[in-house]
Amino acid sequence: MSMTTILQHCLTGISLGGAYALIAIGYTLVYGILRLINFAHGDIFMMAGYFMIFSLASFPWPAAILITLVVTTVMGIAIERIAYKPLREAPRMSIMISAIGVSYLLQNLSTYLFTAIPRGYPEIPFLKRIFRVGDLSASFVTVLTPLLTIVLVVILMTLIGRTKTGMAMRAVSKDFETAKLMGININAIVSVTFAIGSFLAAVGSILYFTDRMSVTPFSGTLPGLKCFVAAVFGGIGNIPGAVVGGFFIGIVETLLVALGYSTFSDAFTFLLLIVMLLVKPTGLFGEKSVEKV
Amino acid sequence: MKKKISKPTIYSLGALALFVAFLYWLDANRLTQGMVISVLQKGAILALVATSMNLLNGFTGLFSLGQAGFMSIGAYTTAILIIPVKNLDGVYYMNGVHPAIKALRVVMAQAPPFMQTIFPFVALLLGATIAALVALVVGLAVLRLKSDYLAIATLGLSEIVRSIFSSPQFDQITNGSYGLNKIPNFPPMFFGLIPSLITPFIITGVCVAFIVLLINSSYGRAFKAIREDEIAAEAMGISLYKHKEMSFVISSFFSAIAGGMLAMYMRSIEAKTFSITLTYDILLIVVIGGIGSVTGSVVSAFLVTAAKEWWLRFFDQPLSLFGFEVPLFRTGFRMVIFSILLMIVVLIYRKGLFGTNEFSWTWLTSKKARRKP
Amino acid sequence: MREALLLTEHLTMQFGGVVAVDDLNIKIPTGEITALIGPNGAGKTTAFNVITGGYQPTCGRVIFDGQIIAENHPRSKMKKIYSGTYTEPSTQTVVHTPDQITRLGMARTFQNIRLFKDLSVFENVLIAKHCHIKASLFGSTFRLNRAEERAMRAESEALLDRVGLLSSANEKSSSLPYGKQRRLEIARALATGPRLLLLDEPAAGMNPKETDELSAFIVEIKEAFGLTIFLIEHHMNLVMDISDSIYVLDYGKTIAYGTPAEIQNNERVIQAYLGVDES
Repeated sequence: MSMTTILQHCLTGISLGGAYALIAIGYTLVYGILRLINFAHGDIFMMAGYFMIFSLASFPWPAAILITLVVTTVMGIAIERIAYKPLREAPRMSIMISAIGVSYLLQNLSTYLFTAIPRGYPEIPFLKRIFRVGDLSASFVTVLTPLLTIVLVVILMTLIGRTKTGMAMRAVSKDFETAKLMGININAIVSVTFAIGSFLAAVGSILYFTDRMSVTPFSGTLPGLKCFVAAVFGGIGNIPGAVVGGFFIGIVETLLVALGYSTFSDAFTFLLLIVMLLVKPTGLFGEKSVEKV
Repeated sequence: MKKKISKPTIYSLGALALFVAFLYWLDANRLTQGMVISVLQKGAILALVATSMNLLNGFTGLFSLGQAGFMSIGAYTTAILIIPVKNLDGVYYMNGVHPAIKALRVVMAQAPPFMQTIFPFVALLLGATIAALVALVVGLAVLRLKSDYLAIATLGLSEIVRSIFSSPQFDQITNGSYGLNKIPNFPPMFFGLIPSLITPFIITGVCVAFIVLLINSSYGRAFKAIREDEIAAEAMGISLYKHKEMSFVISSFFSAIAGGMLAMYMRSIEAKTFSITLTYDILLIVVIGGIGSVTGSVVSAFLVTAAKEWWLRFFDQPLSLFGFEVPLFRTGFRMVIFSILLMIVVLIYRKGLFGTNEFSWTWLTSKKARRKP
Repeated sequence: MREALLLTEHLTMQFGGVVAVDDLNIKIPTGEITALIGPNGAGKTTAFNVITGGYQPTCGRVIFDGQIIAENHPRSKMKKIYSGTYTEPSTQTVVHTPDQITRLGMARTFQNIRLFKDLSVFENVLIAKHCHIKASLFGSTFRLNRAEERAMRAESEALLDRVGLLSSANEKSSSLPYGKQRRLEIARALATGPRLLLLDEPAAGMNPKETDELSAFIVEIKEAFGLTIFLIEHHMNLVMDISDSIYVLDYGKTIAYGTPAEIQNNERVIQAYLGVDES
């Protein structure tokens, strides 16, 4: 394999990793606050793909992007309000089952509405423009993804670190009960969390599907699970950790596919998960916590 | 000393006799009753997986989502061992069959006819044993994890198994992405006394009975203690590691038996059959039946299968009433309705059909009595 | 002094920079009631958790009935923080899990009752009998151990009768009134057949009358089952009434040891509880 090919694959990997990182943040934020693996997050990402297809059919691309972002965000908040909020006091297993139920519903609903046949993802011309640097060639979206990811993460970190809402989010994720007693509006904070997570998933969805050309009702399942792994890998609840995890998994997966082990690339992700959980359950940057007897 | 037979026992035996008679009737009319047979058989298979998942999730409190993976181990092992030798080359037409498998199958084919009738059951047991061994090894690692981490790790495990089965490196064994077909249907039992149609019910019956006996034994009580409170259970001298491992291995064993039966039922399998969706389907059966109720899982397996494959079929057909085309009714609507029903159970009827109770005749009659004014 | 059933040597438990238990050296004489008291956050429950195998000690040793059940050699980093002088050049690390320790004959109750809530009172006790089961999984599943199972049930029934809970044997354990839940937790611990019973604040949340009943109950079961008892408690009446000797902890350190009378008059104990008078 020549140097150029390797670099080319790395570029693809970084781009894929960027999209993964954006989705992984959604997992990490929700887990941080509700201690819930939002199994429906991957399907929100998939739905965002369909929203884009339909809005781009009747609107110019800037409007279509805006519509996709807004609709996905609203959907994320609605899912939490309808399916998770009533179960907040219930055992953890119930809320996880509810998340699986939502995932199941979204998949079946989209199969019904859009059929299981892959739908072509529309091309946004400026995103697909090809750049050449030496022997390397890349579409604009490939370069844009990692840069946009970094910018969004910096903005998000600033929001969480500097604003009052951000402080409330940190408080809730440290100690849900105490934060409630301190008068923090838990429902608002949870909604904000889901809004941010879904918004980033929508951005990730646009970047991811532009490179992949088609959407099916099941396109969200595997990327969703992989991004959860990315979040665990980086240390769940930790945003930079999720980003590092996303990039790492994206790059390794692309390289494995390039080496001809495409069927094992999914297996690798989960193997990474199991090994990570056994060696350092708190992830790369996670904090250690001692369970009280 | 002569034991007095209680009324509920008589009812149960009566119900069982009726069901067996019904099965024989179905067997006699199998040409016209295809749908009923197919639904009942699939229901029986899913009842077994659901019960074994319930053993883990409902009785030991281990939220595991690895069922599909263990089912696929059982299904592939069974299929490889029972596809007729004459069809092997046809099934593996793309990559050829592994010489070792071919040799083994040729030897097996020369065994006396009596042995031939036992092989399908041996295949099921072998698949289950392999699955149990995998569970034993994997359990050493993943059972240390807490609730949701365990869920995602077992889900991952099942995906790992699936990608191994579909990988080109194992083409000569699993036939890669082409999958295996020409798998023979259920074998008859006891020299044909029990027709093949009834076999899955017998297998499920025996396996579920084992699980029920286990749950009501001292070990079963220890499992429940772990579900209720791990720290207290450990303080009561119950080894968490040992008991979790037992529950995990046994659950995987029976999941694999169900997987093997699924291969016989479907007649052809591929790695995709055992995707995450299958595990979700089983989880939904367990949830609807009631987490922590074996009868719940069994009843729900039949109800859900019947609803999905039979009763709610009409949702998928275009429907016209009085000349009007009713909107919404088309392919896929059935599953939407089904998912919504599920969400209603999860959100409103959280305990499912049975909660953590088991079916009993007294329960039924007392319910009836209450309904009367 | 009678032979010690439980010994800790330089037992230290450190969480990050916090030394919750600092160089604890206690001796629990066989057949006596020993109490561990101290203000909130003094490290009493942590000491219990280390002794029963919940945590691995940062340093030190726990010896139960002559057998080392937990031992850890201090790393140099740790030495600086804790105040002990553990110099033995041991590199041996012994860890027993809580269930192994229970099977050796040490049972405990919890500060915030941890019953198997959805199970019946009878099942709660019966489960505790499981730890000494001889039948294998298959033997038990196929009911080949009928005699053993019958014995387990009979013993559990007798135990419930003894503690006065037989009449509510089939009730859900969480439906019991608070005082009875405490009693059930003790009964459940007794069902494991311990020689040493550790009670973590058994009288927490009880009124004076209930506390008196509990005192009598503890003494009664101690005699009936030939137990050695080690307890944490805030109700001083109970502690002073029934204890043979008392250890006082403050900020992880042992500040006093003696008979109830000695402790009542100990300056440092009074200071720890009431604070130092500045004037």
